[in-house]
Amino acid sequence: MNKARKTPFYEKHLALEGKIVDYSGWLLPVQYAKGLVEEVHDTRKRATIFDVSHMGEITVEGRDAEAYLQKILVNDISDLKDNAIRYSPVCYPDGGVVDDILVYRINVDSFLLVVNAANTDKDFDWFQENLFGDVRLVNLSPEYAQVALQGPNSLDIMQQLTAAPLAEMKSYHFLPEVEVAGVKCIVSRTGYTGEDGFEVYCKNAGASKLWDALWEAGRKHELNPAGLGARDVLRLEASMPLYGHELSRELTPLQARLDRFVSLDKEVDFNGREALKKQKEVGMDRMLFGLEMLERGVPREGYPVHHEGREIGWVSSGSFAPTLEKFIAMAFLDPEVMKKTSEVDLMIRTRSYRAKVTKLPFYRRKK
Amino acid sequence: MKYNIIDGVKYTKKHEWARQEGDIAVVGLSDYAQDKLGEIVFVELPDVGTQVEAGKGSAVIESVKAVADLYAPVDGTVTEINEELLDQPEVINSDPYGEGWVYKVEIKDEGQMNDLMDKPAYEKFVVEEDEK
Repeated sequence: MNKARKTPFYEKHLALEGKIVDYSGWLLPVQYAKGLVEEVHDTRKRATIFDVSHMGEITVEGRDAEAYLQKILVNDISDLKDNAIRYSPVCYPDGGVVDDILVYRINVDSFLLVVNAANTDKDFDWFQENLFGDVRLVNLSPEYAQVALQGPNSLDIMQQLTAAPLAEMKSYHFLPEVEVAGVKCIVSRTGYTGEDGFEVYCKNAGASKLWDALWEAGRKHELNPAGLGARDVLRLEASMPLYGHELSRELTPLQARLDRFVSLDKEVDFNGREALKKQKEVGMDRMLFGLEMLERGVPREGYPVHHEGREIGWVSSGSFAPTLEKFIAMAFLDPEVMKKTSEVDLMIRTRSYRAKVTKLPFYRRKK
Repeated sequence: MKYNIIDGVKYTKKHEWARQEGDIAVVGLSDYAQDKLGEIVFVELPDVGTQVEAGKGSAVIESVKAVADLYAPVDGTVTEINEELLDQPEVINSDPYGEGWVYKVEIKDEGQMNDLMDKPAYEKFVVEEDEK
C-alpha cells in the first residue's frame, strides 16, 4: 500500500480542526469543527470551501483529440464549444463504467479531463490502451491542486479576487487562464453540491496563496470550510451519481438513468455503444430509484430492499438529508416490481423499515 | 480537557458509561464517543427484558456518517429504555450523561462495575486514544 498523500491544503485543514481520514489514498478532512450537518446548511445558504485536490486531471492534445474522445466518451462532444464543459460516462465495450468525468474543451486540439481520484490511474491506463492517431495524454494530477467554492455567496467571494467577469460565466463553462489573487488558475462554474459555485485548479506551488486569499475574501460572506462528509450528503441530496455507488464496472449509465448523457445516436461507434443500445431494447433488471423513509431509520449503502418478502435490489447511497430533514436513499431496484408499487421495505440489520419511492432529484436549487 | 468526563459514573474502553443506582446501572455514551460520532440521527434500542452481555452489542447509535454499536458495560437484564431517544436521538449529543441515557440494566455481577474505569483512569485512556 502506498502511504496516503497530503494535499497542499493539509495544514489548513489541521488549523481548522478538520478530522482527517484516508480517502482513496489522500489525507482529507471528513468534517471540520462545526460538523457535517452545519456544513451542509452553510453550503446551501452561504458558501463553503472544499479541498478537492484528490480529483485527477488529464490533458488530451493533438489533431485527433476530439475524434479520440468521441470514441471513448459515451456523451457527444461534437457540438462542445471552447470554454465549455460536458459531463460524460466512460464505458467499457460491455457497457460497464470505467469512470464518469468532466470534459473541458480548451480548443479543438486541446481538452482537459477531470476524473475521480480513485480512478485516475485506471482511467489513464484505459485511455492509453485506446489511443489512436495524433493524441497526447498527460496525467497532470500530481501537479495540480483544486478547491471548490460552493453556495450562493461563491460569486461574490470569487469576484473580489479576479478581474475576469465571473458573473457572465455560465454553468458548465470555464476560463483556462485566469489570475485569482495573483495565482494562475483554471476557473469553472461547476460543482458537486447542487449549488452555484466554482471549481478552481492551480499548480501546487500557488495553492496555499489561493486558499488564503479565498478565505480572506470569504470573511464578510460567511465562508466556512466543508469536508468530504458534507460533500457526499450534498451530492446525494442533489441526486448526483458517485462512482462506486451509482456507477461501477457492473452498472451501466442507463441503469443509473443517465440517458441524457448517453448519446446512442452520435456518429461515432463509441466504446459501449452496442451493449448500451441492446440494453435499452431488452430492458434492465435493476434501475435507479429515489427512496424516502416512511419510518425513522438510516438507509446506507448495501442494505437490501424487499417487496412482499422478496429481495428486489439494494441501496447504493443513503443518508439523513439535513436540507430536507428526511432520510433518503438512491437504490437499484427491479423496475417491473416498481411499476406495481410505490412502497418498499428497506432491510436495516434485523428488521425492515417502510420507504416510499420519490422523484429524483431529492433537492433542486431555486434559481 | 477537550471532552467532558464526569465523576460518579464508570467508563468502558468502548466509551460507554454506567452509573450505579442500587442494583441498576444506567448506561449511555460518553462525551468523547458522541463527539467522535458527530450528529446522532438514529438509535436502535434493546427491548425491555433483553439479556445483555458485557462487551457485546446491546444498542445501535447512528450519526449521519457512521453506525456504532453500544456495547453493554455489564451483564444483566434491560429494565428500562429511553424511548425519548427514538424521536430525539440528538439528545445524546447535547446531554450525553443526562437526558441522553440509553437504557437501564439490572446488574448481575457487581464485580463487573468495579472493573470499569473511573474518571482519572478514563481521562488518561482518552488522551491515549486521541494520540493514536
